[in-house]
Amino acid sequence: MSELKSGSNLERVLARGAFAVTAELGPPKSADIEVVRKKAEHLRGCADAVNITDNQTAIVRMSSIAAGCLALREGLEPVIQITCRDRNRIAIQSDVLGAYALGLRNVLALTGDHQVYGNHPTSRNVFDMDSIQLAQMLKTMRDDEKFACGDEIRNSKKAPVVAPKIYIGAAANPFGDPFAFRVTRLAKKVNAGVDFIQTQCIYDMDRFETWMQQVRKRGLDKRVKILAGVTPLKSLGMARYMRDNVAGLTVPDSYIQRMAKAEDGAAEGIAICVEQIRRLRQIEGVAGIHLMAIEWERRVREIVDMAGLLPRPEPASRTGEQGNEL
Amino acid sequence: MIVAERKPFDEVYAMLEGSKRLLVLGCGSCVTVCMAGGEKEVALLAATLRLANKKRGVRMEIREATIERQCDAEFFAAVADDIEWADTVLSMACGVGVQFCAEQFPDKPLFPALNTKFYGATERQGLWTTRCAGCGECVLDRFGGICPVARCAKSLMNGPCGGSQNGKCEVDPENIDCAWQLIYDRLERLGQLHLLEENQPLKDWSHGRDGGPGRIEREDATL
Repeated sequence: MSELKSGSNLERVLARGAFAVTAELGPPKSADIEVVRKKAEHLRGCADAVNITDNQTAIVRMSSIAAGCLALREGLEPVIQITCRDRNRIAIQSDVLGAYALGLRNVLALTGDHQVYGNHPTSRNVFDMDSIQLAQMLKTMRDDEKFACGDEIRNSKKAPVVAPKIYIGAAANPFGDPFAFRVTRLAKKVNAGVDFIQTQCIYDMDRFETWMQQVRKRGLDKRVKILAGVTPLKSLGMARYMRDNVAGLTVPDSYIQRMAKAEDGAAEGIAICVEQIRRLRQIEGVAGIHLMAIEWERRVREIVDMAGLLPRPEPASRTGEQGNEL
Repeated sequence: MIVAERKPFDEVYAMLEGSKRLLVLGCGSCVTVCMAGGEKEVALLAATLRLANKKRGVRMEIREATIERQCDAEFFAAVADDIEWADTVLSMACGVGVQFCAEQFPDKPLFPALNTKFYGATERQGLWTTRCAGCGECVLDRFGGICPVARCAKSLMNGPCGGSQNGKCEVDPENIDCAWQLIYDRLERLGQLHLLEENQPLKDWSHGRDGGPGRIEREDATL
């Protein structure tokens, strides 16, 4: 295990070739710790790591690092999402040092939703860098032990170098345009040093398989761990909303019809999700799933269980991690 | 050119409260081309002000003038007498012109009639769109002559985000083209898609606004 880059649980699970499960925990729109605790309780033992979103859709929430620390205390392994919308390279590097010092080991590098969607549309955005440059910066910090400016990550000339050993993730959207460029963009992320990819939620399985073919053709599945994103549909209304209002998402008619016919929409949505996971497991190059149950954390255990993915591998002990690093 | 549009009338009118002798001063360059602050727009705004004054019983004399450029000191000579006469100047120039006018006449109260929007072009009659962000270090050679800094809502340097759909930007799918779709299409046409395989490093923003107020001084251009 000495060749591990970060020693995070997610990295260990993926390194040993197990089919990984990540989930998502959206921090509260308040300072209410109970929200994080309750969601963490639902997710404990169901996933190898849990993404903590960073003010998603540009709506103010508890910071991903703070909520991540709370989740860590609750026994989860967080993946801290960091977007480029609100912070420049100074603030992001500072936050990464802080996150690592607090015991957080995974970061997902994102560009971030534009603020026109959120609750502060009159704010200024930053976009000092994009997600690919952010991933590259995290890799430079981890592997070269240097800041983006080239300075070594040490407190003074005589002090030891203490660099954040982060497992680096990024997102991929197989459904955006131009479609032909989507795999090139993934290749750029891989070249920037990304270790794992979580995709946008998939409903159009055929298009995803076409994308995966292109991914394999370029050998990218051998260089990066790809976790396929799924979001269970809670109701017919949600299915229609996802189809009509989320850029880059297509929900096939067959799913819409099934949701329309179902007596229990939630149960049908979960059944569809479980079927999708089973099919995704068969696709060559898919290393795991990223289960984004939006404000539906309480149903995650059931879905993972029905998909035959429980129990999850036992998380490595924290002391063991440090032992390996030394 | 610098593209601007006129402020709402009520906002302009509120600025002028108490003025007895007003000069509405237009600019003959960019804002004439983008139909926001040239001679015609000066006449229109002055007429609207006169009507508003009449309706409210406000006594305000209004003169109109337009000079070639408000960003060059020499052109103000033509209106020095009018400015001397006025107790208030309403400049219909861009933000540069308004400030430069104020610098020429430091004792004269002066207000802006326009909102300065961007560096852009007349895409078609009645439509102006942005082209340049004045970042100070041009990158157009790498992107097929289409600027991702100015034209991508997130200034992305390494390709489109997930919000690019059918050639449009998710920020406003009705009206904004995805800059990255334009870049992709143009490079495909030029047979240069390989340019997009390269990872673009962090941009040095210090050449533009982030490096502090702009200043260029050239000895060869000094008198």
